[in-house]
Amino acid sequence: MAEPVFVAWRDLRFAKGRFALMGTVIVLITMLVGLLSGLTAGLGRENTSAITALPVDHLVFSAPVGDGKVAFTDSRLPQRTVREWARVPGVRSAEPLGIATTKAQAGSRTAAVSAFGVRPGSRLGPGGTSVADGSVVLSQKAAQVLGIRAGDAVTLGGRAVEVAAVSGAAMYSHTAVIWTSLEGWRKLTGGPGGATVVALTTTGAADLPAADKKLGTRTVTADDALKAIGSYSAENGSLQLMRGFLFAISALVIGAFFTVWTIQRSGDVAVLKALGASTRSLLRDALGQAVVLLVIGTGLGTAVAAGVGALVGGTVPFVLDGATVLIPALVMIALGAVGAALSIRRITSVDPLTALGSAR
Amino acid sequence: MSLELTDVTLTYPDGGGRLTALDAVSLEVPAGRMTAVIGPSGSGKSSLLAVAATLITPDRGRVVIDGIDTTGLSRAELTALRRTTIGTVFQQPNLLPSLTAAEQLQVMAHLDGRSPRKAATRARELLAAVGLEGQSDRRPHQLSGGQRQRINIARALMNEPAVLLVDEPTSALDHERGAAVLDLLTTLTHQRATATVLVTHDRSHLEAVDEIAEVRDGRLGTPLRV
Repeated sequence: MAEPVFVAWRDLRFAKGRFALMGTVIVLITMLVGLLSGLTAGLGRENTSAITALPVDHLVFSAPVGDGKVAFTDSRLPQRTVREWARVPGVRSAEPLGIATTKAQAGSRTAAVSAFGVRPGSRLGPGGTSVADGSVVLSQKAAQVLGIRAGDAVTLGGRAVEVAAVSGAAMYSHTAVIWTSLEGWRKLTGGPGGATVVALTTTGAADLPAADKKLGTRTVTADDALKAIGSYSAENGSLQLMRGFLFAISALVIGAFFTVWTIQRSGDVAVLKALGASTRSLLRDALGQAVVLLVIGTGLGTAVAAGVGALVGGTVPFVLDGATVLIPALVMIALGAVGAALSIRRITSVDPLTALGSAR
Repeated sequence: MSLELTDVTLTYPDGGGRLTALDAVSLEVPAGRMTAVIGPSGSGKSSLLAVAATLITPDRGRVVIDGIDTTGLSRAELTALRRTTIGTVFQQPNLLPSLTAAEQLQVMAHLDGRSPRKAATRARELLAAVGLEGQSDRRPHQLSGGQRQRINIARALMNEPAVLLVDEPTSALDHERGAAVLDLLTTLTHQRATATVLVTHDRSHLEAVDEIAEVRDGRLGTPLRV
């Protein structure tokens, strides 16, 4: 069986220094992309996990003013609106959810936390637990930071409550979540009641825009609701931009390398064409070389990023999974191959006639 | 007849007009014979070789390689013809720096989709035929100029071409090595029955060839038997 890449494979072994240099650049960029991806996902999780874990499909906000974007910090729904949403046809359940950032204190320890107020017995709370007036359920992070466990007391917004249970890993806007009753949340915020948002489970037949219009609200999907967390939008946007730039830079660097490399070996290409090599086979040879380099470099870079992520995972918000490890690697290979393909297409314009009489 | 050029005319753009590089050139080279094409610089020798190698399509005339009329063939068909039927010995060895001596030959078989194992065997045989046994693992920078030129010749023969086109093979060699290369080409032409065209300006080696044709200002004189 003939080798798919004959000359290119031997070039890789012969010009070790040049390819090692380029391979190192790919390893470093991939490592950076991998670390950034894990960190982006980790930070994102610290911002959103309490919302993404909600067993609902839509969230209802009060109608936005100004820039027209909904925000958890700006939303406030009166009790009447919560009741009316529960009566909208096609809505299976409408659970009020109150969100407030406050200070928790246990002994000498204090921490900023997010208080999530739900109805006693609501399915929005962590599984297997139930909040009640005068007691709270702590997320593991909140319990760890405050150094308390079930049965202990904690002061929340100046009011002492009992820790009924410690459950889940919910985080919201980089703060640990404490589940409290809706009444407890209302006392924290000092408002007239109601909720921050209403969490909906719908049948799919619900006419949500019509209900929004009637009730003066704005309903978004649970996924879109993440954009309503101010810290998440700003942070995630910046990190994704950095990641995008890294992808673009890697494609450009790889393209630049293969442009120079192709120019350097244009004499060899002319000779091969004069000897009867088809342009197609030469392109396949060169692209195969680029893919080999990309796969090896990206593989090593990804392995290093995964190793570093596993080491720092306990102290830094870092997510190590297929989405943060494999997908960036595949994107790197794909974009690098595109960059290389654009560079090596100049092979098509090499004139085999230059091999005759050329002094090489 | 293995190589036949009939009434071939080739012109190049030259300012506002056209420069005639080949003017109604006709040449026939049968299998197993070597014809030397001589002439001063700029007379049209290289153009003749390029047309015969199917690297340039002439304005007029026919080029027939091993019975195949190249007129109207597509670029891909011409490329395949170069791969399978034409062997080219370049003026400079033009070896690929990353390949060993054996691989310089094996790449020809690879381009033609032939078995790597058979290619390795044939490469060994050809290297032996050009006096390079034991050198198969050396890369170009580890070989002398004469050895590189021998590999250049062996590579041209790898796919058993019917036509061998040789461009100034001794220009970079001293007289002794040049004579050895010419002897080798003569022997191989007769042994392997190739129709060989040798373009040269070195008249000292002409006794080795079967016919001599002189080209001047794009016109080819009648070949003379040696």
